[in-house]
This record gives sequence, C-alpha cells and structure tokens, in this order.
Amino acid sequence: MKVTVSAFLIGVLFGLGLLVAGMLDPTKVQGFLNITGQWDPSLVFVMVGGIGVSLAGIQMTGRMTKPILAELFHLPTSKQIDRKLVIGAVLFGAGWAIGGLCPGPALGVLGVAGLDAAIFMVCMIAGLFAGRWVSARL
Amino acid sequence: MSINWMEFTPLASLAGGVAIGLAALGMWLLVGRIMGVSGILGQAIAGEGAGHNSWRLAFIAGVVVAPAGYVLLVGEFTSRMVTSPAGLAIAGLLVGVGTAIGSGCTSGHGICGISRFSIRSIVATCCFVLSGMVTVFILKAGGLA
Repeated sequence: MKVTVSAFLIGVLFGLGLLVAGMLDPTKVQGFLNITGQWDPSLVFVMVGGIGVSLAGIQMTGRMTKPILAELFHLPTSKQIDRKLVIGAVLFGAGWAIGGLCPGPALGVLGVAGLDAAIFMVCMIAGLFAGRWVSARL
Repeated sequence: MSINWMEFTPLASLAGGVAIGLAALGMWLLVGRIMGVSGILGQAIAGEGAGHNSWRLAFIAGVVVAPAGYVLLVGEFTSRMVTSPAGLAIAGLLVGVGTAIGSGCTSGHGICGISRFSIRSIVATCCFVLSGMVTVFILKAGGLA
C-alpha cells in the first residue's frame, strides 16, 4: 500500500515537473530539436535539473542496500551496446520530433489535450507491443 | 542556428527538471525501480508484474491526473500540437516501437540512466536526440513543420 501511494505521488510530482518544464508543449519540444533553425535551448535546462538532482541523490545514498519501501533495487541488467539499442533510439527520436511528445508527456497531456492526445497514446501503445514483438525476434 | 529568445524559459525548465529529478530519485530510493515511462507503461498493460503491478498503475494515474488537476485548480497551461492527427498517429507508432526496441525513452535513458552513468543510456540518449534533430531538419526542409 505504501509503495502504491508513493508511486502515485511520484507520478503527480513527475507530471507537474513535466508541465512546469514545458515538456507538455510539443511546440517547445520541437523547438529544442530545431537546432539548425530557431533553437529553443530550454530542454537542456530540464536535463541539467533532472540529471543533476537524480545523480547527486544516488551518489549520496550509494551505501543503501535496499530501497526504503521494498525488498530490493531493480536495476536493468543489460550492458550491451547493440543494434537494437541504436535502431530503437533512432526510431524513437524520429517519432519524438514529428509529434513533439515522448511517453511521459504523452501521459501528461492525456487528460487535457483531447482527441489529439488519445490518438497519440493509442498508436504509442500499439507501437510498444509491435516493438516488443519485433525486439524478441531481432 | 539562432536562439529563439521568445520561447526560451531557462528558470521554469530548470525548476521542472528538478521536480522530474526528485521524482526519479524518489522512485529509486522508495520503490527501488527505474522511473522509465515507456517500460512502466508497456509492463503495466502487458500485466507482466502480476500482483506487483499496482505501483505501475498508480504512477501512471499520477502522471495523468497531475496536469488535469492543475487545469482544474490553477488554470490553463501552454500545449501546442505540432502536427495533424495523422502525424500524431505516425509519431505515436514510432515512439512506441522505438522505445520498445531501444528499451527506454527520455525518462528511463535520458534522466535515470545517465544519472547512473549507464553507457547504454548515454548512447541511446545521444541517438534519439540526434535522430530527433535530423528529423526536425528534414520536416522543416520539406515544409512539414
């Protein structure tokens, strides 16, 4: 129960962070990727703030052997730099550029951007499952 | 390249980034999980963590209700779409397929992975940012953005 409530509050904090950062505004996201044109560097500041806080916190708590509310830390095990990683990231980047939305903001705008957000979400979920199917066979 | 000063919001973006970083840190220290939205969403819907899925669904609910709650309680915020519904459909498919094959998105690789000095995440982040920049360049050149 504590884990579930915490996860909900973390989601709320994340959603508000995305909103304040400008990540729920596809025009702003596309403006960041428009580096050869009229460039909006704001997203650099989102990355600096996000990585800075997370990195510092992880460093300061490096000796913790288990999380506060759960039994163990779930760390991704794969270390390989393979073609799946690169191909997937390139495809994701193209979609991010076209729609100005990545998965977090796509959830964030779901309750406020009407049909547009719903179309993106349905297609993204279809893509997630298609991608998992493809990934298992690559 | 020239800076678009009209759109530039360094302080708000930094503040939002700090909140995102605190959320990622909270998920790690409290729940012991990486706050990667594409993975959380995929696993939540596939029902893979049978019996352990409630934290995923709760997190997703939080992300959805926070901006909606903001609109109800505080007021409107800026969200300007950049493409047609057909464009959004293509974009959504690419984002879904790409994050599934590449095992992560902006939050999982870009924030959490880089914070842990994961080489995989650094490579993935460089690839999706570069790919996004090239794609916007092509869209602008073709008059599509």
